[in-house]
Formats: sequence, C-alpha cells, structure tokens
Amino acid sequence: MFELFKNLGTWLTSGSQWAGQDGIAHRLGEHLQYSLLATLIAAAIGLPLGLLIGHTGKGAFVAINLASFGRALPTVGLVVLVFLAGGLSMLPVYVALVALAVPAIVTNTYAGMTAVDPDVKDAARGQGMRGHQVLLQVELPLALPLIMTGLRLALIQVVATATIAAYVSFGGLGRYVFDGLAQRDLVQVLGGAVLVAVVAVVLDLLLSSLQRFLFRHRTA
Amino acid sequence: MIQFDAVHKRFPNGTTAVHDLSLEMPEGGVTVLVGSSGCGKTTTLRMINRMVEPTSGTIKVNGKDVTQQDAAELRRSIGYVIQQAGLFPHRTVLDNIATVPLLLGWNRKRARARAAELLETVGLAADAGKRYPHQLSGGQQQRVGVARALAADPPVLLMDEPFGAVDPVVRTQLQDELLRLQKELNKTIVFVTHDVDEAVRLGDRIAIFRTGGHLVQCAPPAELLARPADDFVADFLGAERGLKLLSLQTLAAVPQGPAPRGGDWTLVLDPAGKPLHWSSKETELPVRPLKDGDSLLAALNESIASPSGLVARVDADGVLTGVSSRDDIHVHAGQAHSAARVVAA
Repeated sequence: MFELFKNLGTWLTSGSQWAGQDGIAHRLGEHLQYSLLATLIAAAIGLPLGLLIGHTGKGAFVAINLASFGRALPTVGLVVLVFLAGGLSMLPVYVALVALAVPAIVTNTYAGMTAVDPDVKDAARGQGMRGHQVLLQVELPLALPLIMTGLRLALIQVVATATIAAYVSFGGLGRYVFDGLAQRDLVQVLGGAVLVAVVAVVLDLLLSSLQRFLFRHRTA
Repeated sequence: MIQFDAVHKRFPNGTTAVHDLSLEMPEGGVTVLVGSSGCGKTTTLRMINRMVEPTSGTIKVNGKDVTQQDAAELRRSIGYVIQQAGLFPHRTVLDNIATVPLLLGWNRKRARARAAELLETVGLAADAGKRYPHQLSGGQQQRVGVARALAADPPVLLMDEPFGAVDPVVRTQLQDELLRLQKELNKTIVFVTHDVDEAVRLGDRIAIFRTGGHLVQCAPPAELLARPADDFVADFLGAERGLKLLSLQTLAAVPQGPAPRGGDWTLVLDPAGKPLHWSSKETELPVRPLKDGDSLLAALNESIASPSGLVARVDADGVLTGVSSRDDIHVHAGQAHSAARVVAA
C-alpha cells in the first residue's frame, strides 16, 4: 500500500509525466476545455429556462422533475447511446455532460427566483417597474447567489464526469484512468483519479470564495 | 382627487373583495381605510395603482380613468409604501430611494441628489444613504420606504399598513413624522390600517369597511366617533370611543385659574416660572404640565393622575399660565362630546 502511494508521488511529480502530447499539462488543458465548454452550453440552456420558470411561476413541475431526472440519468449509457446513433465524435461526450449539468443549473436558478421575497417583487412592480425590469433589476440580482451555486455544482459534476471523454477515445484526465485500467497500471489509474479530484476541489474553492467576495454585502 | 364609482372586485376563486364601492378621496387630504382583515381595504388601495384590476366600475385619479393608462407609468406617478417596506436588499439606501426617478429616465447624478435630499426630509442621517437596508432598524427602513415613494414627488401616496410592523414607540414617532411631512407636502394620501387609534390620529376622513368589501361609513374622525352609523361601526371603534373623541379636541377652551396657595398640595416652580413638582407636607409628586394644543384626553388623564386634581397649564416656553380643575375639564369634555354629536347631526 505504501509502495503504491510512493509510486503515485513519483508519477505525479516527474517532469516527463507533465510534458508532451500525453503529458498531464496537456490532458489537464483538454479536461478543462471539455468541462468549461459543456458547462457553458448547459448554462445557455439552463439559465434562461430557470429564469423563465421562476419569473412567470409557470412550469414549476419542469424544474422540480428535472432535478430527479438529472440524478437518475446514466451518463455512460447516454454517451454510448449517442455514440451508437451519431458515430464517433466529441458530440456524445458533450451531450452527456450538458445533460448532466442542465438540471443543477435549472433547479438552482428556479430555487433562487422563488426565494426572492414576494414583498420586494410587489414593491418593484408597485414602483412602476415593467416585467423585464423586475426580472433584470430585482429578481436576477437577488437570485444570483443561488444561481452561482448551481453553476458551481454543475461545473464540479462535469469536471468529475468528463473522464468519459477518454471512454470514447478522446483526451482529458480520463485518459490515465482508462489507459491505466487497460494496462493494469494501478498507479496511472490512481494518478488520473487524484488529478480529477484535485481539479474539482480547487475549482469549487475558487468559485465559492468568488461568491463570498461578490455577495459580501448580503445577509443570508 | 381619487374617485371610486360603483367599483366591484371579485377574485377568480369567487370571493368578493370589494362590493359596489363609490367613494371620493379629497385632494390634499389623508383618507384612512380601516377594517378587520379580509374587509377589502388593501384591495381597494391596490386598485388605485392597478396592482389589482377592478372587475367592474371606474376609478379615476385626478379625473383620469386608471385603466386607460399604462400600468407601469401610472405606478411611477403614484407613491407606494408597503408594510415590510419592501426595500431592495441588494441596493444601497440611496439607490433604493432613487428607484422611480431612474425609471423615469433621470440621469444617475440627479436621481442620487434627489435621493439624498429625501433622506433628510424623512429624518435620516446622510450617511445612512451608503448603507444597505438590512443594516437599518425597522423604523428606519420604513422611513426609507416613505422616501422612495416620495422620490418623484407624486401628488398621490398609497400607504398599505406602513407602520404595522414596528414597535409602538417607533410607530408613534413615524405617525408624527407623517403628519409633519403632510403639513409640508400636502399630498393626497390613502392609508390602510386595522388600528383605529392610528386612523383617528392620521385621518382627515376615515372609511370603515366590513367583511365582504362593504363600505359602511366614511366621515371625518370626530363625526365618526360621535355618530357611528350603526352597531358595527360603534363596535369597531371600541368602548372608549368617547375618550378617542376627546383626543381630537384641545385643551385651549378650558378655563384656568391661579395656582392654589396654602392647600394640601402646592405647585413648586423654578425661578423661570416653570412647574417642577407638586409638594405636600410629607412628600413631592411629579407634575406633567400641558400646553393649549394638548388634547382633552391628555388633560383628563392628568387631572386623574395629579394629586391635587389640578392640571398645570403652561405656555409654549413651559412657563406656568394657570391651573384647570378636574371638574372644569370633565364638564368641558362632556360639552365637547355633545357638541360633536350636534355638529355631526
């Protein structure tokens, strides 16, 4: 056991492991690229949807059911399904990652919108704000902390799951996991897994401190 | 002026909130809508700025039918204050107050300058402008709510139980402030409350509503207290409505005489002639001198509390002008009460 961790340490810190086409730096770049792009697409879908449901109060069941749908979704199954239907490309990976991220974004955006004090919305309308002004000037800024939490959760989930890109022969940190499994190289598997975990944790910490900084004037 | 003409409001669930309401709210006056919860007073108020649409009938503000106007523009021309203040928690106090001017397209500098001016108008320190609403007390938040409603200088102000959520001491202060402001600004104010005392204090006219959205009586406070239209109004005003009526009359007309000398109780004055306390051989008791502008109710109270049965009267500077006896005050109170009945009749 101790031997394993010692080898893992060597693997993670050796310069040759970080350099080149198959190096950690390059794989990390790929991994972040997949994750950010997928989260961005998911945000472009999930944010307007969550805001619309929250603002109009219509279609709340969509937001609520989407959450359980998201939890139940078999990600790898989805990759395989789109792969079989559409052939080998990054598309199945992105479809799976976006499908994973959208529910967290929609439900948190919706939750943020419903948490806005009805008295404040009433006052906004009563002062003469039109619907879009209430949305943009009052509801959105007040829902923003929860919206950002949703984006953060989505990104973390996506980072953790983007290893499946390697499953359909693409790059990212999942490469080490799947290659290591194929080569029965436990150190490489563990190295890949540790890297993914570290990236997820670091991103989470960065984003939550950004949130704390942005909303330092808020009470709860 | 605000006119309601045969206004009905029935909600989709079938309840009638306002039933055949015809009512005029005079310009430059405070009309208080009062009644127990569910009587339609808030719905009535919210129909004026179209937060609620009437089912039938017309509502006119300064001669113009509200339903013929753009709702958002109408609301910008009418001040609106609600119970929990409803301040925007993510905006500074100054930006909260500047809301309507900014909606009207003023530039930010002018809107902020106007907001700063209003902070002073409602009795808040200038540095409160940089704070966020949650950093203020409930009473201060309510002041900001009033300032926000006044920002674009609207002729009409709607206030929906604005002082309902603050403690009694602050509530009295806010009521005094509102009366002071109203003397200066002369707005047409519609004020909703379920508190009869608040209604009597603030209202030029009081409209009493009964469950089901029926207007029962609308009259100046003295008339309402002296001649309630029916048992419902009498019950609503409470058993002490005779005393409440006295709160509307001043002490000025009650005769006064010189302070007694050599009796059981002597009124001790300071060198400037201001009353200090009541003194007997054994003890000293506090005195609460009253001015001409104080109410008959306060005088009645003081005549009971005063050990000598005499009420010390002072001028604006607090210098003793004379004393009034318990009997004189009582007789005068009785006369004032029956006079109010006769005038009302």
